[in-house]
Amino acid sequence: MQQEMAYDMQGNPHPVTEFKDDYSGAKLGFWVFLLTEAMMFGVLFLLFFIYFYRHTGSFVASSGDLNVWLGGTNTVILLVSTYTMGLATLMMRRGKIKASALLVGVTAVMAIVFLCIKGTEWNIDIDHGIYLGSKALGTMNKGEILFFGLYFVMTGLHGLHVIAGIALMGWVLLLIRSGRIKPEHTIVMKNVTLYWDFVHLIWIVLFPLFYMIGV
Amino acid sequence: MPSFYHETNTIFGTHRNPVLQWIFTTDHKRIALLYMGVMFTLFFFAVSAALTMRAELFFPGQQFLDPHTYNQLFTFHGVTMIFLFIVPGIAAALGNFILPLMLGARELSFPRLNLLSWWLYITGVVTALSSLVSGHGFADTGWTFYAPYSIRTDAHVLSTLSAAFILGLSSILTGLNFVVTIHRLRAPGMTFFKMPLFVWGLYATAWIQVLATPVIGITLILVILERTLGVGIFDPTKGGDPLLYEHLFWIYSHPAVYLMILPGFGIISEVLPVFTRRTIFGYRSIAISSASIAGIGYLVWGHHMFTSGISDMARIIFSLLTFLVAVPTGVKIFDWVATLYKGSIILATPMLWILGSIVNFTVGGLAGLTLGALGTDIHLHDTYFVVAHFHYTILGGVVFMFIGGLHYWYPKITGKLYDEVRGRIAFGLMFVGFNLLWFPMYIAGFLGNPRRYFDYLPTFTIYHQIAGVGAVLVAFGLLTVLYNFYRGLRSGKEAGPNPWGGTTLEWHIPSPPPLENFSKIPYVDFDPYEYENGEPVVEFDEDFRRIR
Ligand code: HEM
Ligand SMILES: [Cu+2]
Repeated sequence: MQQEMAYDMQGNPHPVTEFKDDYSGAKLGFWVFLLTEAMMFGVLFLLFFIYFYRHTGSFVASSGDLNVWLGGTNTVILLVSTYTMGLATLMMRRGKIKASALLVGVTAVMAIVFLCIKGTEWNIDIDHGIYLGSKALGTMNKGEILFFGLYFVMTGLHGLHVIAGIALMGWVLLLIRSGRIKPEHTIVMKNVTLYWDFVHLIWIVLFPLFYMIGV
Repeated sequence: MPSFYHETNTIFGTHRNPVLQWIFTTDHKRIALLYMGVMFTLFFFAVSAALTMRAELFFPGQQFLDPHTYNQLFTFHGVTMIFLFIVPGIAAALGNFILPLMLGARELSFPRLNLLSWWLYITGVVTALSSLVSGHGFADTGWTFYAPYSIRTDAHVLSTLSAAFILGLSSILTGLNFVVTIHRLRAPGMTFFKMPLFVWGLYATAWIQVLATPVIGITLILVILERTLGVGIFDPTKGGDPLLYEHLFWIYSHPAVYLMILPGFGIISEVLPVFTRRTIFGYRSIAISSASIAGIGYLVWGHHMFTSGISDMARIIFSLLTFLVAVPTGVKIFDWVATLYKGSIILATPMLWILGSIVNFTVGGLAGLTLGALGTDIHLHDTYFVVAHFHYTILGGVVFMFIGGLHYWYPKITGKLYDEVRGRIAFGLMFVGFNLLWFPMYIAGFLGNPRRYFDYLPTFTIYHQIAGVGAVLVAFGLLTVLYNFYRGLRSGKEAGPNPWGGTTLEWHIPSPPPLENFSKIPYVDFDPYEYENGEPVVEFDEDFRRIR
């Protein structure tokens, strides 16, 4: 396709930006979207800080009940997975399509492992009678109720983002196969990578808040 | 030339079926019309609910509504008017249609996302209305869903909350689309300070949509989780703090009032230069004041909580900041008045609505300052004074601007002209009716008539009865507008591309516009409102090259 031009009164040409295939536009749009995500998580962090300030003792005590090792393993998994995802985009840009697809697959597998570990953790809590609205939770003090309330809501919301991430990676794989992501055309992949960076960043903040303050 | 009514782009290739062509269209103009259709239908439902309330309030004591039904009715009225009508309102309907035209763009940046926003909007509407016909009936919390009542009541709050969440998502996506479109698709040469002021209004609005809506989204989710699973974050029996709910709610909802108003201000700034035939006074200060209203608007939410038990220090700070917002708003109003001064004012219908809205909005805004002052707010809080204040700003201000804008762009959208005389009569009915309807409520509220009650003391009877008469006039005014538009469509004169002598880009293309708006994209090296001896300065040839 030829670049369309607009002409001023002197007859000089100026390039026109079209809405179709506007790489910078797609990137900007995704950044704005991440901003909305940040605002949403921001509210939850704010709530966490307010209640932490009011019930510091109970928060620290409840944090000790969580399993740092499982959480820590998950942190490492996410760290590595952002790396592989970033590498996948890099490979794509260099034209190594097979390697790129493989790396996306590896990232997705790691995301699934993350979810499994998270599920195990939740299961342990639930076995102890600790889940949203449970009787055992109702008998605890207010700080503990709030801590676990926030814990389930925030890690739950993060988990939903991980699930969305896995779906996105599956989609990216499909697009690579059908040739709609190519070395010259990587915007979707770039944005999914950015998204995964964000998901991992949120976890990097969640982890110390919930697991480390009680160590 | 075939217009966008004759051909369209859809998400799944082409369709024969005209209904499918509409509901799967990715054309911003068609989507705008879809929004308009649904929105105004809902608006008329909500007005009917309001008229029912007004009828009940015509005499003191209980007439035909029991208190619980009244609560549901005003919740329905409030939720519909706010979340389904005026928040998406001008941006999604008029903005969608006009924004790309004004920028010299062929589409929004993300046409399919735009369609998705509309579908989400419809999903939200259906979710909200579903509770009208199922289960325990519509929510009875008022549109603010204050915890802990919204956690405890057994009315259908869940569906209303989810609806508000879905609508929020739709609104975020529209905002995102607008931000990117404005950054990316301005015609070559059009710098930010060469954009029309309506675009500036939409730009400020879009940022509020993007930054504030997620806050309410997650807050509503928390209330939903509270009701279904008992999380406890806003529930005082579990250590939660309902005051935090109020904070989070108003951190969104105060900026949300600017989200309604700023595009309306944009319309004023479009209509004024055209019907005074001169450049708007203080273009830059209007543009910048939009941005600063959006900015300061984030910092003043606490004025809704003066009586809720927040600290004195917080109250003083919020009161002060509230007065600060009045500054950029005042700047705008002075700029408009200065534009009118020595202009050759043409009192056509759009102009009448705009002038009426400036008057009403100023009255409402000044009353707002009374509420922003701590001492008077304690007295006036939760009285009809507040109800009068926000109807003056929203109905008398924003809805008037909206209707003015609809008249202004009617020829562009339909290619036809409406009847001018009928248009003026409709305005007259609305203006008189509106002031009869709400001015007495300032007095009743000042004298202590509380809001949100289905009954009042007999001393207030006279005010409510005057208001009742005003409401009937308003209803007739609205019907006249509707009828006028309908007649215009059926048998209006052909409008031609530029019936008003407008200068912005949308007036340089045919009415109604063709599918992708511009055959050639123009180069924009001129200011948006240039007039000389009452005529637009800038002219293009058919190739969109500037010849003057
Ligand atoms: C067409 C004329 C209208 C009439 C006759 C009308 C009438 C009323 C009445 C009687 C109330 C109840 C007051 C109370 O009991 O405290 C009310 C509340 C309200 N109205 Fe309107 N109204 C109109 C238009 C609008 C518009 C255009 C909007 C916004 C776009 C709006 C937004 C609201 C809101 C948010 C409430 C508060 C509901 C609540 O407290 O939860 N109204 N209106
Ligand atoms: Cu406010």
